[in-house]
Amino acid sequence: MIGIFSYIVFFATIASILAIAVLGLNLQWGNTGLFNGGVVAFFGAGAYGTLLLGGSPQPDHIAGFELFYPIALIGGMAIAGILAWVVGILTLKMRHDYLAISTFGVAVAFENLMRNAEWLGGGAKGLRGFERPFRESLGDGFLYNSVFLILVLFCLLATYWFLEYLVSSPFGRLLRAIREDENAARSLGKNPAQIRLTAFVCGSVIMGLAGGLYGTFYAFVSPQDVLPTLTFQIWAMLIVGGAGNNKGAVLGAFLIWAAWTFSGWALSRFAPIEAQLYTGSIQYVLIGLVIVTMLLWRPQGLFPERLVVSQSSLR
Amino acid sequence: MGDPILKIEDLTYDFGSFRAIDRVSVQIERGSITGLIGPNGAGKTTLFNVIAGGLRPKSGRVILDGNDVTSGVPESLFLKGLGRTFQIPRPFARMSVLENVMLAPRGQRGEKLWGPFFSHGLVKKQESTIRKRAMEVIDFMTLGQLADHPAGKISGGQMKLLELARILMGDPQVILLDEPAAGVNPTLAVTLIEKIKELNHAGKTFLIIEHDMDFIMGHCNPIIALTQGQVAFQGTPAEAQSNQVLLDAYLGAKENA
Repeated sequence: MIGIFSYIVFFATIASILAIAVLGLNLQWGNTGLFNGGVVAFFGAGAYGTLLLGGSPQPDHIAGFELFYPIALIGGMAIAGILAWVVGILTLKMRHDYLAISTFGVAVAFENLMRNAEWLGGGAKGLRGFERPFRESLGDGFLYNSVFLILVLFCLLATYWFLEYLVSSPFGRLLRAIREDENAARSLGKNPAQIRLTAFVCGSVIMGLAGGLYGTFYAFVSPQDVLPTLTFQIWAMLIVGGAGNNKGAVLGAFLIWAAWTFSGWALSRFAPIEAQLYTGSIQYVLIGLVIVTMLLWRPQGLFPERLVVSQSSLR
Repeated sequence: MGDPILKIEDLTYDFGSFRAIDRVSVQIERGSITGLIGPNGAGKTTLFNVIAGGLRPKSGRVILDGNDVTSGVPESLFLKGLGRTFQIPRPFARMSVLENVMLAPRGQRGEKLWGPFFSHGLVKKQESTIRKRAMEVIDFMTLGQLADHPAGKISGGQMKLLELARILMGDPQVILLDEPAAGVNPTLAVTLIEKIKELNHAGKTFLIIEHDMDFIMGHCNPIIALTQGQVAFQGTPAEAQSNQVLLDAYLGAKENA
């Protein structure tokens, strides 16, 4: 029985962490129309940043400043934000596909940097030596994971509330206007460059938070965690859930993560032995299929963006 | 000339080696409804884009109410009191009509990232003022029933009214309209003309590009004609109708088209 609960807690933790990243992408794509093809770079910056700042010193690389955990987590978010600021200054003049290609390139570069710069991120072996906060009093088992899930859920709710409030404010209205027609927005006295950068950095900081929690949960991060696959998974979650709708973004994350884990389990259980070798590859194909099917069948997602109306009853 | 609010001095603009605007100098009288005509490709929309800051001129100056506003970026022109609409309407399609209009006012504290959080009271107050004003402007533009509709789903003529409504939120002195009557059904066109006249009586200056000769002759004075990027004629509608250069260049070209 505890096994099932334990699994549910594990599942909910990962799904909630990914949901936070999807919310960050929703701010960029769903609200502002910024095609970030390198989500994983900002997720990774948060994960590496948190573990570097919060971990213990290691002999072979710079890791380990043993900062108080919340500071390390915020530091990881800040590193993701600084990366986004630099990338944003360089790429945000580009539109749509060009922005997607260049951010995708940034993510590949990030992965390669982490794989090769051993002094920085431990290289292919990854970043070790991180002590999870409160491990001494909570242990490593079910109790720890349950408490951690509560922390993650708190972060998810806080992010959700922050974004819901933000997109219903004049700031959100401005983001949507820039998404819809940048030239019209300029003719009405708005400065799109500045707003696009703000939204890009803000969304990336949220992805950094997700990455920081992810790294904390495993007390480990390696280049394998920042492969482009994760970017595609997060995009699939947003497209299925509904770009422009925060509720959709969260539910899309849970749905896709459930489908991902279920397909992995089902393939390893029922697929012929020869096919099982390719379980991972088959899953990638499935993610691609889900994105394409959804875009053809219901491009607005399961929970489409709601139009902000004037609540005539309250006028 | 009496009291020009907009002065265009010796303006030149090139698309590559093609000279779209060729040393154009005109003055727009304060409180006038000035018509800008000319055959297709004469440079009317290009002139609008240069005036409104969308294109940087090769040479020349744009003076708005005594201030040099040349090659300003479009956002600064709107803030300085010049509003423009587009030849093909540019509504924010997946936003409601009301949201479209509420976007326009300047100095919204809530447009800063932290505004809604740290200046909650001020933002709320501004929002309620802006909403009230937006509803007034939308009602004035006869779009009241459509306030909650997605702006991408209203008719082309209604979109032109919406664009004018958005501009009015910035309280501009000069309004540039690019073919306001094109593709608009006759009933809406009458509404549009009425609104332009009302706003004109309230002190707004209009510069209007239009191909509809009844519209131009009936409602605009003076009239400026461009051909091949140069000013071919300036004068009253009566003078325009008897001007041989204009008849050759514009009305002639129209017959050939």
